[in-house]
Amino acid sequence: MSNTTQDSSTTLKLILAWGFVGIPLIWGVLQTLTNAMKLFQ
Amino acid sequence: MAFTEPTTYKRSLIPFLDRSHSIAKPGFSRWLVPPAALCVHLCIGQAYAFSVFNLPMTKLIGISQSAPEDWKLTQLGWIFSLAIFFLGVSSALFGRWVEEGGPRKAMFAAALCWAGGFFISAIGVQIHNLWLIYLGYGVLGGIALGIGYISPVSTLIKWFPDRPGMATGMAIMGFGGGAFIASPLSVWLMSKFSTPTHIGVMETFIVLGVVYLFFMLVGSILVRVPPAGWAPAGYVAPAQTKKLISKNDVFVYDALKTPQFWLIWWVLCLNVTAGIGVLGQASAMSQEMFPGHITPIAAAGFVGLMSLFNMGGRFAWATTSDYIGRRNTYFVFMVLGFILYCTVPHAGSTGNVALFVICFLIIISMYGGGFSTVPAYLKDMFGVRYVGAIHGLLLTAWSAAGIFGPVIVNYLREYNITHGVPKAQAYNNTMYIMAGLLVIGFICNLLVKAVDARFHMKDSTEAGSAAAAAAAAAKA
Repeated sequence: MSNTTQDSSTTLKLILAWGFVGIPLIWGVLQTLTNAMKLFQ
Repeated sequence: MAFTEPTTYKRSLIPFLDRSHSIAKPGFSRWLVPPAALCVHLCIGQAYAFSVFNLPMTKLIGISQSAPEDWKLTQLGWIFSLAIFFLGVSSALFGRWVEEGGPRKAMFAAALCWAGGFFISAIGVQIHNLWLIYLGYGVLGGIALGIGYISPVSTLIKWFPDRPGMATGMAIMGFGGGAFIASPLSVWLMSKFSTPTHIGVMETFIVLGVVYLFFMLVGSILVRVPPAGWAPAGYVAPAQTKKLISKNDVFVYDALKTPQFWLIWWVLCLNVTAGIGVLGQASAMSQEMFPGHITPIAAAGFVGLMSLFNMGGRFAWATTSDYIGRRNTYFVFMVLGFILYCTVPHAGSTGNVALFVICFLIIISMYGGGFSTVPAYLKDMFGVRYVGAIHGLLLTAWSAAGIFGPVIVNYLREYNITHGVPKAQAYNNTMYIMAGLLVIGFICNLLVKAVDARFHMKDSTEAGSAAAAAAAAAKA
């Protein structure tokens, strides 16, 4: 039971930590990709 | 390969920042460390996007157009140059402090310097004093760049002894990706704070300073160092040692006495020189080599695509190096780069835009890969203990390349054009010179052999004296 709680707590921390850096990065990449598409227009 | 941590540490004014307070407890997931590193690298990667402020800062007084009292672009160009110069200086000077103080203290210091740099620059914009911006973003921000860049390197290598290239590749990818966030965010903030009588650079600097301070402090809170003797579950160090992967550590300043350090210095310098020169001139080069085919808008798209490959290459090539080896990865950079640089003039003469674009996208991915693969290369050569500090010393190669690359591309272009070479062919000689540089890089890489055993650390020498000094300081 305690192991399960620890596992789910670690999983939550991982989601939060990766989301914290991943969401801004994906937003930035999408912005850049939108601009980059002008090369093919 | 399990590593050993020093058993005594210097105490700081804020004990929370001490290395001893950042040792991971049982159950900690090592996959929390890359986001901590990314918190710092994504922020300091803003440096690549600083140019978005250049034009607005030439119109702070005139607003719609530059007034005579406004700053000139040439004066503003020094801000970025100063920051990159101080990146090299601080990473070389503070490398050992970063290594011995631990990643949390280093990330905390980088956060204060980076945000402080923005706040001082905001005051500089408000009272229209350029020297304050040189001091703020250039000097203080540059120091933050140096400390922040190397702060997570050795920690990641210790957490991922099975995949050191991938681990450092993730962090250094963040440095390439920071500009993607900073560029549109800065433009949006300036548009929100600007009025018909005011350009919102000062407010944008303050908001960026606050946001970056928050992100980097989260990184410093999140980061952990592994306990002594830790190794990933199920990880077994290779029984058969490879010739170019050392299990011994080399003290940071002893690394400077080895030919391996200087050979890798030249490998990095030449690889970066070849990439940085074309990165800065990509827009103009593509338009001049393909007049009528690549418009300024398309060229901007090309630059954006190059930035994506620069970032992606940092992760992809560093991860690849875990499988094919560091030296072989640099051989690929040198050989493939040579072929691609020699192909570019052919693409120009035949008007093959697709070939030109593909060549440069691969070249720029290898430029990024050169940065991200080198920490693991250093770890293979000099061991884990001082790899961050040695990496800091090696970054002076970046500063040198930052001068060589643009100078070669710009001056050769000017020389060719003044000697009657058509603009479309003005870059051909430059491409062949870049290819030549990669041949020299190939030879340097070929000469890299295992470090002589006399440079290896022994507990009775440096490690012992460092531990004794730390113990004495702790008692005092």
